[in-house]
Amino acid sequence: MTAVATPPASEQIVEPQLGVGDAVRDYVDRVRGGDVGSLPAVLGLTALTIVFSVMRPDTFTNAFNFANLINQASAVIVIAMGLVFVLLLGEIDLSAGFTAGTSGAVMAIVVTRQDRPWPLAVLAGLVTGAVIGACIGLLVAKLGIPSFVVTLALFLGLQGVLLKLIGEGGTIPMRDETLLELNNGTLPVGLGWVLVVGVVLAYAAVSVRRAQTRRAGGLHADALSVVLGKVLVLAVLLAAATAYLSQERSRNPAVTSIKGMPVVIVLLLVLLVALNFVLGRTSFGRHVYAVGGNAEAARRSGINVQRIRLSCFVISSTMAAVAGLLLASRNNSISPTTGGAETLLYAVGAAVIGGTSLFGGKGKMLDAVLGGLVIAVIINGMGLLNQPSSVVFMVTGVVLLVAASVDALSRKRAAATGRV
Amino acid sequence: MSAPTADVPALLSLRGVNKSFGAVHVLQDVDFDAHAGQVTALVGDNGAGKSTLIKGIAGIYGFDHGGYVFDGEHVTVSNPKQANALGIEVVYQDLALCDNLDIVHNLFLGREVTKAGRLDEATMERRAKETLAGLSVRTVKSIRQQVASLSGGQRQTVAIARSVLWNSKVVILDEPTAALGVAQTEQVLKLVRRLADNGLAVVLISHNLNDVFEVADRISVLYLGRCVAQVVASDVTRNQVVELITSGRSGDLGLGAAAALAASPDTATDPTGPLNAVEAS
Repeated sequence: MTAVATPPASEQIVEPQLGVGDAVRDYVDRVRGGDVGSLPAVLGLTALTIVFSVMRPDTFTNAFNFANLINQASAVIVIAMGLVFVLLLGEIDLSAGFTAGTSGAVMAIVVTRQDRPWPLAVLAGLVTGAVIGACIGLLVAKLGIPSFVVTLALFLGLQGVLLKLIGEGGTIPMRDETLLELNNGTLPVGLGWVLVVGVVLAYAAVSVRRAQTRRAGGLHADALSVVLGKVLVLAVLLAAATAYLSQERSRNPAVTSIKGMPVVIVLLLVLLVALNFVLGRTSFGRHVYAVGGNAEAARRSGINVQRIRLSCFVISSTMAAVAGLLLASRNNSISPTTGGAETLLYAVGAAVIGGTSLFGGKGKMLDAVLGGLVIAVIINGMGLLNQPSSVVFMVTGVVLLVAASVDALSRKRAAATGRV
Repeated sequence: MSAPTADVPALLSLRGVNKSFGAVHVLQDVDFDAHAGQVTALVGDNGAGKSTLIKGIAGIYGFDHGGYVFDGEHVTVSNPKQANALGIEVVYQDLALCDNLDIVHNLFLGREVTKAGRLDEATMERRAKETLAGLSVRTVKSIRQQVASLSGGQRQTVAIARSVLWNSKVVILDEPTAALGVAQTEQVLKLVRRLADNGLAVVLISHNLNDVFEVADRISVLYLGRCVAQVVASDVTRNQVVELITSGRSGDLGLGAAAALAASPDTATDPTGPLNAVEAS
């Protein structure tokens, strides 16, 4: 740097090293300042779990239901993960549900009707999703049609495509063992534990290394106690869940044995880590936030705004295709309503309940997972309470409204205290 | 304020540049110089061609004809990337910051430092700190706070810091104090002075002559698309500059009386136009 001389040390902004107490105080400050993040989702999840556990101690809390819940939630969570990218731009993708259905139908056709190997079917489904995303992205980014209108049109159009693909007969069966295993099967107990230990160690290694790099550079870094605290919390949560899922949960163990972590957890974990990395640690992710925050500023900074928009729609639709695979795997078939009805709205709800803003620029990958779990717990719990669909829909609606209100209130609070 | 020396060659020189939009001749044979280590104020009334001139310098559009000399070399600048490559940065009036990102992210927006495909946050944060400290900015609490939480002066500071992060040699500031209070204006003007003292050529566009006389070493006056005067700030009075801005001449400075009359847009249609111009001088 020629223009700016390195200043004497005394002029640098000094940031002290902080301990656990400071970290907690900092977090409380942020929440009070309106930066609530995913706190409402965590609190909601805890509250709902407690309520349903008290009302249905026998069925809600057993391990069978716990595993079941994850399988039920997986498709909504995956769609929501894709939607986070689109929502971060302040756009919407209403067609994600039927993109899931259409891509799932393509997979089912390739693997069942044409009897080809499953990797080819998965590839065909993902490409279908990506192409749909590219069409939306081009119309929104290049032509400037509002995403609401484009995806509404596709929402209607893809329903027709889905019907056309399914044709006579009403459903396309999914008859591939590997694909069915994905959202029904379980990992061997031992492998589940290996996985959990691996995840915790990897998380610990990454966190400690980051703190060291920052400290070496003379920058503010979390104290070792804070880092280890976070690792410990993660380890306890994961270990508890794994121990629970490792129990025998078959109703008749003599006939079949069901125990171990659902296979789909591995997929969810991989997607969560990968997309979280893309959003938080790459230039691309930073540019997504920038475009969502101030598109004109992003453009003047040399960011190709159209390319970012296009990519986000492609990611969203491709994730929807993955969700289509999960739906087909779960239901053993694709029907004209796969991905329809409330699937998309649940996914948008999941992202918003998790703390992603519909105005763009704010949101994380974990939001989709937490919000998706909240919705799954409501549907599952209400079902166990033998509530009719009418009540389930009303309660879900109220929860979404509460989440949106929390977002709006925290936004006001944030504006007052100068945070976004 | 360092005394401007006339014999130092200008870092950036425009000679006889012209720019027309259709039938409107916005810039006519404009000469403009910016010297390293000095603040050159560019003043002129609305519609005098200030924005057109800086957009031409920044490469947003090319000049129709005329010489563009940078560091003694004739160059062609027809897009912003070429201007950036020469080390010319513009801080526009609306600051183009992202409210939802923190200071470090904004400073490096679009030019992130990456290591093996990952953002190198540690390096960016360190360089951001050094840059802010180099500009003696001590008003921000933490460089990891969101830009939304900053005051107008602090936001301007971030925008200016962003322009000097990249080995820039010329920084053009478009009305940096227009929306600021008294104390914040003072802060930003000090920063502008410091940029020049660090060796940059600073071009300051301003309507506020108080600001101009406080920090500028040289003043260039545009009047109806012509450069009517390039003077050393200490050689002129405020009244002379006001006259140059409003009528294109002041005593022996500026356009000749005939030229000033000819340049006036009122000459053709409004008989009081020339009279006003004469009265003002």
